[in-house]
Amino acid sequence: QQVSVEVLEHLEHLALVDFRDAEGVRRLQKAIQFADQLHEVNTEGVEPMDSVLEDRCLYLREDDVTEGNCTKELLENAREKVEEYFVAPPGNIPLPKLEERETFLQGS
Amino acid sequence: LAPWIPVVGLEIHAQISSKSKLFSGSQVQFAAPPNSLVSFFDASLPGTLPVLNRRCVEAAVMTGLALNCSINKKSLFDRKHYFYADLPAGYQITQQRVPIAVNGSLSYSLCIDNKMSHMVTKTVRIKQIQLEQDSGKSLHDDSRCQTLVDLNRAGVGLMEVVMEPDMCCGEEAAAAVRELQLILQTLGSSQAVMAEGQLRVDANVSVHHPGEPYGVRTEVKNINSIRFLAKAIDYEIQRQIEELENGGTILNETRAFDSKLGCTVPMRDKEGKQDYRFMPEPNLPPLILYDAKSLPANMNHQQVINIDWIHERLPDLPSVKREKLVEQYGILPEHSFTLLNEDGLADFFESVVKQTQMKPKKVIGWILNDLLSYLKQHSLTVKESPVSSFLLADLLNLLEKKEISSTAAKQVLAELWKGEGKTPLEIVKEQKLELLQDQKELEQICQAVIDGQENE
Repeated sequence: QQVSVEVLEHLEHLALVDFRDAEGVRRLQKAIQFADQLHEVNTEGVEPMDSVLEDRCLYLREDDVTEGNCTKELLENAREKVEEYFVAPPGNIPLPKLEERETFLQGS
Repeated sequence: LAPWIPVVGLEIHAQISSKSKLFSGSQVQFAAPPNSLVSFFDASLPGTLPVLNRRCVEAAVMTGLALNCSINKKSLFDRKHYFYADLPAGYQITQQRVPIAVNGSLSYSLCIDNKMSHMVTKTVRIKQIQLEQDSGKSLHDDSRCQTLVDLNRAGVGLMEVVMEPDMCCGEEAAAAVRELQLILQTLGSSQAVMAEGQLRVDANVSVHHPGEPYGVRTEVKNINSIRFLAKAIDYEIQRQIEELENGGTILNETRAFDSKLGCTVPMRDKEGKQDYRFMPEPNLPPLILYDAKSLPANMNHQQVINIDWIHERLPDLPSVKREKLVEQYGILPEHSFTLLNEDGLADFFESVVKQTQMKPKKVIGWILNDLLSYLKQHSLTVKESPVSSFLLADLLNLLEKKEISSTAAKQVLAELWKGEGKTPLEIVKEQKLELLQDQKELEQICQAVIDGQENE
């Protein structure tokens, strides 16, 4: 089963990944095929497990202030800053539509 | 023309009142230097992990119980993915699959025809309450084409209260939110001050004809007060009706309320339907809560949350407080509403009643008609009142003992309001407002008046 161009475009838009070329898409297909092996197991009547931690105890922390106050350290990582604020572009810059991009997906 | 049925559902985010954040130990505080209340986890630096704050869980359980919900003894955390500069991780930790509380209800009261004497009780169903992280704050600097990001709020605990679309207009929504606000403040689980962003309300609005399926709904955001909530909803209902009657269609979009223009406008950055790619939060095991029956024997107390223990310690909710006020003092139900609607007014009233011989049924008039209107005129809170409960009780005692008339009492109150430190008795003496009790003196005055008339 092939992954359609619509799904690929949707994924690129959503996750901001770049499949780059046909090889990238093939790798995705292989990953899906690999995961599909899970369907070979009969799980009828079995509760789905969603975490290997499911039988662990969730640790509860006391409500005390123990961290913060490290503005300088945090801002060291910022490329741009203005008076202790991080600087970001104005709002999200959406990925251009398929027709407007130079991507190999167009040819598919 | 066929009638329209408006349908209104609310999504309410209440900031949890706690010292530290939901999954980290940085402080929760409104208005602090930018990025000073941010831990490495809040900034989403690699290698950090979420650690759940016990107080936040208790706040959610209290709120769930107060709203008649079933508390899920096992609830799960999930990641909700979307990109935005104030969400450094690229996802929000929330409870999408199994939230902490479900299937509750909230009762609220409405005045019919704006008459407080005609109140009806309505109920809105609570679909669920979930714990989730707040995002940071974005300050848009359009002139320099940039956004400034402050992560102080990122990671603060929120309770999202999802209401079923059981309401039909702005007035109902406003009344429901007001009651929820009072409940949260009574519980202490959230201070719920809308102006400080501790209570944020989004409204989902649609209209349809009776017997037909629900119409397309729009989401209205950016509502900063309960008054604007009612306005925004009523505007949106009207806009949708007009649009449809003119042959147009309603887009499933997100709109912002513009308080200056009193209308809703489409929001930028909200293109189309979002796919949040929910997945279980891999770093957090399920949250297990206990009750008296299921309490584990050998666990550290600090690690155990007992729903029954919390239930036993819930304070009286506003509805119960109102009933008690009516029963104890013989005041009217609508009086109890007004008393609870002003912060500190109920306590003030009870304090005056304790210090005076005047019957509560008479005291309430002085509290609601005189004191409250003074406070409103001068935009003061009860706490800021220049007239203390002691002074007011003192004044009412003079009235009760018939040492002054009711008209004189109002004059004295006006003088007390100036807050010059005089006692009621001093003012009465100063302005010679004492009622004459001496029979002989009264006779002499009346006689003098009659004599005066005879001479004309």
